[in-house]
Amino acid sequence: MKNKSLVSIQDYSKEEILRILDLAAEFEKNPHQRLLEGYVIASLFFEPSTRTRLSFESAVNRLGGRIIGFSEAGTSSVSKGESLKDTILTVANYSDLIVMRHPIEGSARYASEVSPVPIVNAGDGANQHPTQTLLDLYSIKSTQGKLEDLNIFLVGDLKYGRTVHSLMMAMTHFNPVFHFVAPEELKMPVEYKSYLDNLGIQYYEHTDFTDYIDNADIVYMTRVQRERFSDPMEYEKVKNVYILKNEMLKNTRENMRVLHPLPRVNEISEDVDNNPKAYYFTQALNGVYTRMAIITSILGIK
Amino acid sequence: MNAKIELKVSAIKDGTVIDHIPAKDLFKVVAILGLDHIDNAITIGNNLESAKLGKKAIIKISDKFFETEEINKIALVAPEAKLNIIRDYQVVEKKVVETPKEMVIGIAKCMNPKCITNNDKVTTKFTVLHEEELALKCVYCEKITDHDHMVIL
Repeated sequence: MKNKSLVSIQDYSKEEILRILDLAAEFEKNPHQRLLEGYVIASLFFEPSTRTRLSFESAVNRLGGRIIGFSEAGTSSVSKGESLKDTILTVANYSDLIVMRHPIEGSARYASEVSPVPIVNAGDGANQHPTQTLLDLYSIKSTQGKLEDLNIFLVGDLKYGRTVHSLMMAMTHFNPVFHFVAPEELKMPVEYKSYLDNLGIQYYEHTDFTDYIDNADIVYMTRVQRERFSDPMEYEKVKNVYILKNEMLKNTRENMRVLHPLPRVNEISEDVDNNPKAYYFTQALNGVYTRMAIITSILGIK
Repeated sequence: MNAKIELKVSAIKDGTVIDHIPAKDLFKVVAILGLDHIDNAITIGNNLESAKLGKKAIIKISDKFFETEEINKIALVAPEAKLNIIRDYQVVEKKVVETPKEMVIGIAKCMNPKCITNNDKVTTKFTVLHEEELALKCVYCEKITDHDHMVIL
């Protein structure tokens, strides 16, 4: 994995994924290691994403590394019309690894082709966000003690949600059963379902959100956004259907955990927060350990 | 059958005949091979009856002989196309086009408007998917451009 960019979750084999998760567990046990002393990590955020940026910066800082970069394109030379290639080639001179967030799809793959230092994709438009997927996998493994043979419910926007697509693809290594819970307009796209069909992985589709979550191991919630609907009436009809309320957790399994990539709007009621099955804030913390693992692994330190 | 076509499209002395082009894709083939920018004599027949394709097109280009890589570019739109190399009115060689096996670079446009190749000076690059019809998967944005949406650069 040394010097290999992480652009798409499919860049990593099952073994590489498991290695990152093992490393993340080591960092969770012992987060204070000055492994990045003397290293400079560039953090190029061509669009703002405070949560992801802070998580990366926290990971680097805790390991004693230094960060350079910008948090939105307006404060960089991009606003003067510099091409992505020129920005990457310049910044690569100043850093050992580049973390990049960009609104244009495929920008991360392109950056990895032109860059002499490894690129970690922190989200390229609606395309890929592999570090999110790895932290989701880490959260599943931490809470369930395993990744194999789990009942995974994906709820909300399954059409545009890149996190659910990447998580679904990555979980196919581990023989899951999927339940897709989404309104008609935001159903899981056919190409992903045929991918599962080809692998012989079971999945069920639901448009209502009720007590069949009782046999779930993981309920992964996402936002249903108004702007995704061509017909505002359709949004009004479904906006309150995909909300997880505390009473719905009453008969769920003891090991069941609720995950959410955050930020949340209203799709998880606040009364769920105090339920021990709510895991989304710890999930965000896991992002720091996972990113520590990814960066040290790519730099060949771990 | 052959005789009929010969009546519609006159024979050439030396050059290349490209046959079995789907009629709807004739002008894509013309564009890919740059036939609209060369001075050679060209005869085109379109909407000819074909048992295999329904309606087909045929192109005869005088004094033009293509490199294999050049001609394989048309496989994206005309995978059934056949070439006859003509010397002194005789067919001296027959060729079929071959679909690029791995990468398609700089030929087609990615259909995703948010793709880097449509927003920056980046050459398009696709892996070839052999589904019912040929489709291209963008190496950058990972979106699939199917045959109906294929635009040749």
